[in-house]
Amino acid sequence: MRARHLGPLAALLVLGGCATSQDLVVLLPDKDGKVGKVFVHNANGDVTLDSAYASARTSGGSVQRNTVSQGELKEVFGSALGAMPPRPISFTLYFESGTDEFTDQSKQEIKRVLAEMARRQAPEITVIGHTDQVGPDPTNDALSLQRADRVKSILIGMGIPPARILTAGRGRREPLVRTAEGVSEPRNRRVEINVR
Amino acid sequence: MQPNRRIDACRFVIACALGLASLAAFATDIAQFKVAKGAVYLERGGKRFPAYVGTHLQATDTVVTGADGSAGITFIDNSLLSVGPNSVLQIERYAFNSTTHEGVFDTTLSRGTLSMVSGKIAKQSPDSVKVRTPSSILGVRGTEFLVRTGE
Repeated sequence: MRARHLGPLAALLVLGGCATSQDLVVLLPDKDGKVGKVFVHNANGDVTLDSAYASARTSGGSVQRNTVSQGELKEVFGSALGAMPPRPISFTLYFESGTDEFTDQSKQEIKRVLAEMARRQAPEITVIGHTDQVGPDPTNDALSLQRADRVKSILIGMGIPPARILTAGRGRREPLVRTAEGVSEPRNRRVEINVR
Repeated sequence: MQPNRRIDACRFVIACALGLASLAAFATDIAQFKVAKGAVYLERGGKRFPAYVGTHLQATDTVVTGADGSAGITFIDNSLLSVGPNSVLQIERYAFNSTTHEGVFDTTLSRGTLSMVSGKIAKQSPDSVKVRTPSSILGVRGTEFLVRTGE
């Protein structure tokens, strides 16, 4: 007898559990107008959002795909959108061939980095070293990190607190110019400063 | 002498790389508040602290906002996230390898509103960024989106 009573009770609890959360998911175009994808998985079904302002709404045991109006967007998400942090920005620095000296253009670029940091609240930077396609991954990983560390010490010398600087060695994984394996390409031997 | 020196130099470089890698593993800050308006709190280890612009976050922290609160957070992989008023957002898991860009990013929005711009983790490994609500799981493929959850 007792066990029989648990059946409907359990079903009620499950239904109750589903009903407690009503979700609205909206896909936005990115800053270049491109749109990615969001997969919404729910006990009541699956919806894929893949166009600008497409929405998935879960309520009363169903998931509905629709498009959200600008009015509702502003009303529901205005505060969250208003609190979005500024987009990170990257600057690229090059060295005079075979030296520790920045090119003249890169010296100007460092000034832009400092100006960008001054514009931001609680600014931080990641100094990311990149290499060309010469040599194996472990060597390039170490080399790129070495380059990043060198730039970090220069930036510390310019007065940026060390606690605000992270370094990363990306090796040859992100070439600026695509080349074949083993090609020495100065434009790929660079340091990127990501300000966020 | 010359070849030996080169080997020593290589060893030194590798030792430095390993040393930095292990340091990075202990650096537990994964994000920072860039915006904090109204009542914004950070919950860590069962304790609640007020959060300000510049407050750092760690994996498994929870962000809570009051009726007048909203907050914007930037992660080390350049993922951007903000919450509106009356929101509760827990970072369940976060890991980011700055060399390979591999990582995981799991968050749960228990209440309120969320805006997100995915970062380098989503670009490298699309299945590793997830946002949960009490009844849904969102898989994110390199994109910007909004979520509201409520009763």
